[in-house]
Amino acid sequence: MNAPEHLLYTKSHEWVLFAGDGSAKVGLTDHAQDALGDIVFVNLPEAGDSLTKGEALGDVESVKAVSDIYSPVTGTVKAVNESLLDAPESINADPYGAWLVEVEDISDKEELLDAAAYAAHCASEG
Amino acid sequence: MEKRTPLYDRHVAAGGKIVPFGGYLLPVQYPTGVIAEHMAVRTAAGLFDVSHMGELVFRGGDALAYLNKVLTNDFTNMYDGQVRYSPMCNEAGGCVDDLLVYKVREGHYLVVVNAANREKDAQWMAGQLFGDCAMEDISDGVAQLAIQGPRSREIMLRLVGEEALPKKYYSFVRETGVKGIPCLISRTGYTGEFGYELYCAPEQAPALWDLLLETGKDLGLVPCGLGARDTLRLEAAMPLYGHELDSGTTPLEAGLDFAVKLDKEDFTGKAGIQAKLPLQRVRVGLEMTGRGIAREHQDVYIGGRLAGHTTSGTHCPYLGRAVAMAYLSPEDAAPGTEVEVDVRGRRVAARVVPLPFYKR
Repeated sequence: MNAPEHLLYTKSHEWVLFAGDGSAKVGLTDHAQDALGDIVFVNLPEAGDSLTKGEALGDVESVKAVSDIYSPVTGTVKAVNESLLDAPESINADPYGAWLVEVEDISDKEELLDAAAYAAHCASEG
Repeated sequence: MEKRTPLYDRHVAAGGKIVPFGGYLLPVQYPTGVIAEHMAVRTAAGLFDVSHMGELVFRGGDALAYLNKVLTNDFTNMYDGQVRYSPMCNEAGGCVDDLLVYKVREGHYLVVVNAANREKDAQWMAGQLFGDCAMEDISDGVAQLAIQGPRSREIMLRLVGEEALPKKYYSFVRETGVKGIPCLISRTGYTGEFGYELYCAPEQAPALWDLLLETGKDLGLVPCGLGARDTLRLEAAMPLYGHELDSGTTPLEAGLDFAVKLDKEDFTGKAGIQAKLPLQRVRVGLEMTGRGIAREHQDVYIGGRLAGHTTSGTHCPYLGRAVAMAYLSPEDAAPGTEVEVDVRGRRVAARVVPLPFYKR
């Protein structure tokens, strides 16, 4: 199970990386990309959109399945990783490099797990 | 409780992701992934476990008359060793299932049906038996493997002589063998690609599976799961029961005219099929032109008007684009017609295109 120590995680399999200026990048975990299989499409919000913690910020589709991506934080979209729109398979290849959105003006966040707690959570889900 | 096919242990050992399907536990994909498996079938070869399919045998002097009565196609002019596709309809003309009829000889036919419909089909067919015709469900005694892809023949020829392989599409060779394993081999499949389906005894299926994989490995043969089976059949625009076909859809609405012989004497569903003429809705292909992937049961709009709904949709690995099948009224079905699909609350642009999406 690949879950880097420097990231925080949601139970719905997103990772969060907080920057020094209070903004955060959000992506999908290695466990999520493995469960989804070959990712062929990603639907993301636009810069300036408001996000609410626990609510869908977009969705990701593999050949067979559609899965919502939940926002770990409440805030405003600062930037979107546009390169994923043409190359969604980078999420499979490099889940922790392929960030989805960068969020600023963060006012609230989900209960986030550290790497060990997230690994335990994945194990408990089977 | 789902049943296991004789190859279950092989799927688990190979790292297959196991899911319930049609009453069986089957791999949706192997670690290679759906896209790689799909591409292997289009460019080299893939091996599928299709042991979940049901097999019914019909024997007797009236077997031909019986099949002509319960099925929509005509089986009169078949040669021994020929296969013919047919829908099977209810009285209202809706589909009970779609299936393959193998003519072994006069008065002896093998009918291959969808796993999820096996019991329903057996009941429906048993209820219509007449004269000298008996039905036997041999599904539990038959395993089935499908080897599909342009290199299938080359792989098979490493194991058997030319005479063991059916030459024509939709024909079969019975009582042949693959390295001592008795098989029936037909040139059939559900991928839109050249290939064979092999029927054998369940206890010999694992040995046949291993033998084929080992023999074809250097030519690119890989095991494939249900995920690739679905994307391949969708790309080839083959209908799937429960999606394009169901009890409320006639085979003519589904565009299966070639397998519905209305000039035949009376058959089950004939009046029902005719009652739905002229057609109010037809099966069409959609190609997504906007960003998004249509899936099944999504509404299709034309200029704000609800025009129909999708029955299947996916991203097609070989074509490299998203396509769907849908039912629209004939006036809306002309290729080039611009539509929108409601993809989970978002309208995504699409265009009607001719079927199939892919042809080898």
